[in-house]
Amino acid sequence: MGNASGEGVKERLIALFFAANGILTIVILLGIFLFLAIIGLQAFYEISIIEFLGMDWNPDAYGEPAWGILPLLAGTVYIAVLSLIIAIPLGVASAIYIAEIASPPLREILKPAIEMIAAIPSVVLGLIGLIILAPWIANIFNLPNGLNALTASILVAIMALPTIISISEDVIRAVPDSYREASLALGSTRWQTVSGVIVPAASSGIVAASMLGLGRVVGETMVVLMVAGNSRLFPVSIFDPVRPITSTIAIEIKEVVQGDLHFQALFALGLILFLMTFAINLASDIFLTGRQMGR
Amino acid sequence: MNEKIKENIYFTIFRFCSFLSLVILLFFLLFVIKLGVGVLDLNFITGMWQTQDITKGGILPAIVGTFYLGLGVAVFSVPVGISCAIYLNEYAKNTGLVRVIRLTIRNLAGVPSIVYGLFGFAVFVQLLQFGTSLLAAALTLAAMTIPWVITASEEALKTVPDGFREGALALGATKWQVIRTNVLPAALPGMITGSIIGLARAMGETAPIIIVGATFYMRGLPDSLFDKFMALPYHVFILATQHNDPLAEEYAAGTALVLVILIFLMTLIAMIVRYNFRKKRKW
Repeated sequence: MGNASGEGVKERLIALFFAANGILTIVILLGIFLFLAIIGLQAFYEISIIEFLGMDWNPDAYGEPAWGILPLLAGTVYIAVLSLIIAIPLGVASAIYIAEIASPPLREILKPAIEMIAAIPSVVLGLIGLIILAPWIANIFNLPNGLNALTASILVAIMALPTIISISEDVIRAVPDSYREASLALGSTRWQTVSGVIVPAASSGIVAASMLGLGRVVGETMVVLMVAGNSRLFPVSIFDPVRPITSTIAIEIKEVVQGDLHFQALFALGLILFLMTFAINLASDIFLTGRQMGR
Repeated sequence: MNEKIKENIYFTIFRFCSFLSLVILLFFLLFVIKLGVGVLDLNFITGMWQTQDITKGGILPAIVGTFYLGLGVAVFSVPVGISCAIYLNEYAKNTGLVRVIRLTIRNLAGVPSIVYGLFGFAVFVQLLQFGTSLLAAALTLAAMTIPWVITASEEALKTVPDGFREGALALGATKWQVIRTNVLPAALPGMITGSIIGLARAMGETAPIIIVGATFYMRGLPDSLFDKFMALPYHVFILATQHNDPLAEEYAAGTALVLVILIFLMTLIAMIVRYNFRKKRKW
């Protein structure tokens, strides 16, 4: 009998061990938030909010450093909007094709092939941008060089595609067959079924997929660092060089003295980035679970 | 008839879209191969790096550094990820805590890698005094990889039929005995392959290791966890953007080629193992 209760203690300890690993994920997420907030918010002892929302980011300026994040934020927004304009139509069309139109053997090839895109390191895409795409863009639009928001957006769009395609495809295939059959039985063509029944039924899932794509785009660092041109000026046209929040952190973190104001300001940028992606992911989550509950 | 034509037009556009991105990508990769293949020789793969004359040296330290890093990430992320998946799939009931953990995992997977870099710098480099080192980088990337391992492991656990659990429980086995003898052996191949794909992605990351430990040049190979290290992705980045040698672009492409081959091989092997396992299993 004593042996059996020994077993019980052991069982409980093992269960506790596994639960602790589950809770560790919460610790990590909270840790990321707290460290960014504790270090980042210290910057606001010296930088006023109004200064932080200014039009000029120049921490190295002699005597009078400027901490306005708007040009950096504009860079992030430009690239996010441009790359989603490219990636959402392309991604959703691909997902519809793979889920509804392609033959099963073709689907078995296309799905893993698109997943392989996600395996390409972003630094390699950045290199491709530097040596191939940027010269093309410069040629086509007659620019001195092709390092600008448009070039970066095209490459970042490629990075967002696997996310958008695979989640959209999942939700499209999750639409019950009875929807298809009912529509076809009423005499609709396959196109009418896809455009009139299936896409509307999957729409909230497609929105969620696009939002997850947005999250990836906003956080992408290497491609924008290498091909977006890295200008701190406020961008006006899509052919202007930009420097989004991510690449600003990557460029400047190596130059700062640990613990000084510039260091804290970069953590404040990181905090903004974290909060942006957190909100985007949460919203996409709500869209996805809302869809499941509606069914 | 009109509707049929319309359908054909739309479906052709969709087909075009789904092939377009793949074709573009294939084209890009072929370009990198064409540019980089010229520098690939035995010396480039097995030689030590020489900054003064980049044509003389090889990228062995970067290959070894990336390998060590992958190993470190595996040690820190795979056990935690698999354990968390076991908790979620085998032990947990649908409580508030579990819903919070699941939400956390999805959010962790969406945190930008550069933010993990800042976190790793604050915690591992500064607070725990590991310095910019292999250890700090492995821990930072492990934090990033854990959600991927959890997701893959949970998928593997879900494919194990409940009959496996119920059969053993009916014979009087304890929960842990059920998991150890019946569930894990059936799920482990799927868990491992999913983890390998996650590791391959972590080894291709550049942004976090810029902050927490990679270096462009070092004498010899890292021989302690507290050493800095060279890494393939960081090497590509520096050669492509901060090296003024006219041949730097070619050497960047050559290094990128080695990196892509390494990652594709890992991913491909994982996919093949998973495919064979799925074909062989009898349930």
